[in-house]
Amino acid sequence: MIDWISQFALVLLATCRDVLPIAAIIIGFQVLVIRKPLAHPKKMLVGFVYVLLGIAFFLKGLEMALFPLGKLMAAQLTNPEFLGINPGEQDVSWQAYYWVYIFAASIGFATTLAEPSLLAVAWKAQQISGGAIQALGLRIAVSIGVAFGIALGAFRIVTGTELYYYIVVGYIIVLIQTLFAPKLIIGLAYDSGGVTTSTVTVPLVTALGLGLASAVPGRNPLLDGFGLIAFASLFPIMAVLGYAQIAGWRNKSSLSSKP
Amino acid sequence: MVKNPFIKQLFGSFLDLAPILVVVLVFQVLVIRQPIPDVANLVAGTLFVILGLTLFVQGLEQSLFPIGESMAYAFARKGSLFWLLVFAFCLGFGTTVAEPALIAIAQEAASIAAKAGIIGQTGDAKDSYALGLRITVALSVGFAILVGVLRIIRGWPLYYLIIGGYCGVILMTPFAPPEIIGIAYDSGGVTTSTITVPLVTALGVGLATAIKGRNPMVDGFGLIAFASLTPMVFVMAYGVLR
Repeated sequence: MIDWISQFALVLLATCRDVLPIAAIIIGFQVLVIRKPLAHPKKMLVGFVYVLLGIAFFLKGLEMALFPLGKLMAAQLTNPEFLGINPGEQDVSWQAYYWVYIFAASIGFATTLAEPSLLAVAWKAQQISGGAIQALGLRIAVSIGVAFGIALGAFRIVTGTELYYYIVVGYIIVLIQTLFAPKLIIGLAYDSGGVTTSTVTVPLVTALGLGLASAVPGRNPLLDGFGLIAFASLFPIMAVLGYAQIAGWRNKSSLSSKP
Repeated sequence: MVKNPFIKQLFGSFLDLAPILVVVLVFQVLVIRQPIPDVANLVAGTLFVILGLTLFVQGLEQSLFPIGESMAYAFARKGSLFWLLVFAFCLGFGTTVAEPALIAIAQEAASIAAKAGIIGQTGDAKDSYALGLRITVALSVGFAILVGVLRIIRGWPLYYLIIGGYCGVILMTPFAPPEIIGIAYDSGGVTTSTITVPLVTALGVGLATAIKGRNPMVDGFGLIAFASLTPMVFVMAYGVLR
């Protein structure tokens, strides 16, 4: 029990250390530049303590439960024995790794749904759009984007194709979608690409990428193991833009069908 | 009755987490067919995550969002563009330079560079490479938030910045050493932490609300997006210059 408390205290301490520069900047500007007291200092302080405790519990819990298991599973799934691949074989077809793609997609979907940063942005979007954008719908669209992105990223590692081509094609698709998407959603869609990959997703996805790159014959984990995060931040943009596009069409057709 | 919203939120957090549990359990039991190691830790850890998520959401509504918004209003009322831009840069730089995910990826990058023979194998060379990388990414995020805030004030369309960023990424890639490309692309995603995102979002939305003629939905978002593009360009530039 004591051991456990000291471990938790360490995580809490580390969180405080990470937050220190942010707090210093906010307080410094508040005192030196704005020179006005905050509106509800007590409430904000309590809220800040909630955030600190929340992140500490969250990280400790992930470290205890999900990370070891997730990394173990990434290792087991990419194990040549499980995949039924002869270790000496150099030419394995990409279909042999189908469980890896399914796992990549499911874990990408599930971890994104629990990502606190995404929660924050989705909540804010629902608030200022007056409910026109539903937080849960946005989060599901983003999660689908991440799921597809990570599965495609795993396919890229298996086939060993250039990361560059995927990213360029992805950018072009995003630009074309931007031209046609409703103006209101564009900023939010771009933002949702950046927020999907943080506390929960990054460690699990990195483990999967590195494990996969070491297991596939002819891949170098140093060169091929990275890039999954980039996929996971590109595809949510397409998913959200697409979602808005479809919602826009449906609204239009339901409007025009009414007299 | 007082505790009702908290319990509701706890349940909400559980629902948020449930898909991960389902995925992990189904794969472990049905596909990999291995026993689940350390069930006690799994249960305890899951409860921790649920509690942590609940506390975080409570604090978000009470503290992070109001702080970001009230600062945006205060700056808008003060009318000093210079200080607002200084604040934007500091917020981006300060929150990124200490970001644990970035520290981890910078060390990874240093060991890759050492193996590829770009820098020496000594610990000193690796440390200075990793530190340089961290400063580069932090500078790029500070720069991005600064430009993003300027965009909200001036009312430039977001896609100008995004297209500019995309062009930067595409143009830099052929020149960058191949070892750094994967890391550069990934570094865009890892820079935006759980505390930075709500603060920066609230700042952007607050500014767009406070300034006349701006729409919080159209102009308020986009800061994070630009802040995840610039690190890619800056990190590749760092790889070229080293």
